[in-house]
Amino acid sequence: MHELGLMTGVMSSVTEAARNAGAVRVTDITLSVGEMTEAIQDALEFAFEALSEGTMCEGAKLHINMVRPKSRCQECGAEYEHDRFHMTCAECGSPFTELIAGKEMQIDSIEVDLPD
Amino acid sequence: MQINLEQPILAKNDALAQENRALFAEKHVFVLNILASPGSGKTSTILATIEALRDEFNIAVIEGDIASSVDSEKIKAQGIAAVQINTGGACHLESNMIRKALDVLDLDALDLILLENVGNLVCPTDFDLGENAKVMILSVPEGDDKPLKYPGVFQVAEAVVLNKVDTMPVFNFNEEAFTEAVRQLNPQAPIFRMAATTGEGVDEWAEWLAEKIRAVQ
Repeated sequence: MHELGLMTGVMSSVTEAARNAGAVRVTDITLSVGEMTEAIQDALEFAFEALSEGTMCEGAKLHINMVRPKSRCQECGAEYEHDRFHMTCAECGSPFTELIAGKEMQIDSIEVDLPD
Repeated sequence: MQINLEQPILAKNDALAQENRALFAEKHVFVLNILASPGSGKTSTILATIEALRDEFNIAVIEGDIASSVDSEKIKAQGIAAVQINTGGACHLESNMIRKALDVLDLDALDLILLENVGNLVCPTDFDLGENAKVMILSVPEGDDKPLKYPGVFQVAEAVVLNKVDTMPVFNFNEEAFTEAVRQLNPQAPIFRMAATTGEGVDEWAEWLAEKIRAVQ
């Protein structure tokens, strides 16, 4: 449900960056979103379509890289990928682990058209 | 032309949250962000917590709801400062709303602020408000499968309160399965068994929180 709010933030940052570059149109937007966040890809895409209508982002391609969760064990040092539900160390079973990927919500880059 | 931004989507919220956090640290106030479903007993838990801690600490409450001031009135009736935030439809609190609520609280005189987030197990987990800790409350009638359905909220919580344990006999709640699911999601979080309205288990929870408050004083 909060994807609309998230995309509003994306749109305002993207528009500002595009204007600062003197662009007339945004053609591509690339985001990284961790699987450990509550943001859902379909809802982000839907929100983008609704919000971009009539703006310089209308028709732009939205690329969303979903980032797999990864943790580092604070006891044995192992780094391992895992799903959303199992955080304990895959090597030694320790509960003392630190999430190093999977919480991202980032605008990576945009592609813009400049005036001829 | 490609423009590299590498910018957090929630940059504005996160920057304001950091300002809030710095202010809380300067004023030695511990701020607890409470996440739970509607009807899980957030307000009852807050009232029980106030009762247990009010002799030692000065407490205020910030209530987040989509509409109404029902909750803040219950708190004020106990002689505790309460600020109501109506999000007007938004499903979570954001750091700028907290910032505004702080204007009417006397931070110099406070030790603890309890932030009651909007009843929702999804959206509030992604928003940093500048709090010292998040906790989540699950009530027995909601069912033991909630950690499997809403993993995020169980992962961001420093502690889990299992509320309404007095209703365990009438609900088919598998506590072993619940505990195991929480342990997989968040191996370090303690689980406090509690019945806020009868007072069962409140002391253990309050002592855990009191330790955290003393640590920032």
